[in-house]
Amino acid sequence: MALNPDFIGRTYPPSEPYLVGREKIREFARAIGDSNPAYSDVAAAQGLGYADVVAPPTFAIAFVHASAEVAIRDPDLGLDYTKVVHGEESFVYSRPIVAGDELVVVNTIENIRAAAGNDMITVRSDVSTTSGEPVVVTTMVIVARGTDAQ
Amino acid sequence: MTTNLKFTDVEVGTKLPALSVPIQRLNLIMYAGASGDFNIIHWNERFATSVGLPNVIAHGMFTMGAAIRVVTDWVGDPGAVVEYGVRFTRPVPVPDDGVGAVLEISGEVTELLADRRVRVVLTASSSGQTVLGKARAVVQLA
Repeated sequence: MALNPDFIGRTYPPSEPYLVGREKIREFARAIGDSNPAYSDVAAAQGLGYADVVAPPTFAIAFVHASAEVAIRDPDLGLDYTKVVHGEESFVYSRPIVAGDELVVVNTIENIRAAAGNDMITVRSDVSTTSGEPVVVTTMVIVARGTDAQ
Repeated sequence: MTTNLKFTDVEVGTKLPALSVPIQRLNLIMYAGASGDFNIIHWNERFATSVGLPNVIAHGMFTMGAAIRVVTDWVGDPGAVVEYGVRFTRPVPVPDDGVGAVLEISGEVTELLADRRVRVVLTASSSGQTVLGKARAVVQLA
């Protein structure tokens, strides 16, 4: 089943605020095998000018992906989630994420297109602080294999 | 953002020190917990092979997260990475054989941009095959 193109441009309500924890940043940095002291040592991060430990460049995925599921699991979109693979990902930062940030995500389905029998969906996630300061925009392309052909 | 790496010390063609990152099942389990991505194909070989994969595969986002270290190690301050994007071109199988997989990462400055920023193109391969495409970062230098 082809996906419903009417969903292009649809924006979902803001997520609940996500509080960026110092220990979560440390855990994420350990998981990607990165011992940069700015991720774990408050004094080292402060030496670089940050208020607290700074998050690795891909850390935002830890809360953005769950919030973007609001869009990609929307039953009216018609996506078979069992056939989904991650095609592309990007992060464009206004400023780095640091521990203590309280962030909200607004997800928008930016594009839906068919290519080689697959459906490709682009979800843009605008991440800002609860006071409205923009922090990062992430863009995820997910590929639903073969939904066009069925 | 505080880096000691000066824009004037970098030119198109400057190569970043390459990295070699071993990946074992434990790394994928840690990444699943840290990221919240518990997709079964990243930890259960029985399930992964039943859906046609060669083995358990690394999270694409694990590979993406590990690869950018070639830039953050170079620049020092991780906050200097202002843009980073990749395409996931091929999965990285991680066998449970005591060895796992190895990710080979390199980077090169390909463009000098305004405001003392540079574009870096990354390459990431495993077992001789490219696993990330269009892997690019924009880095703020001093």
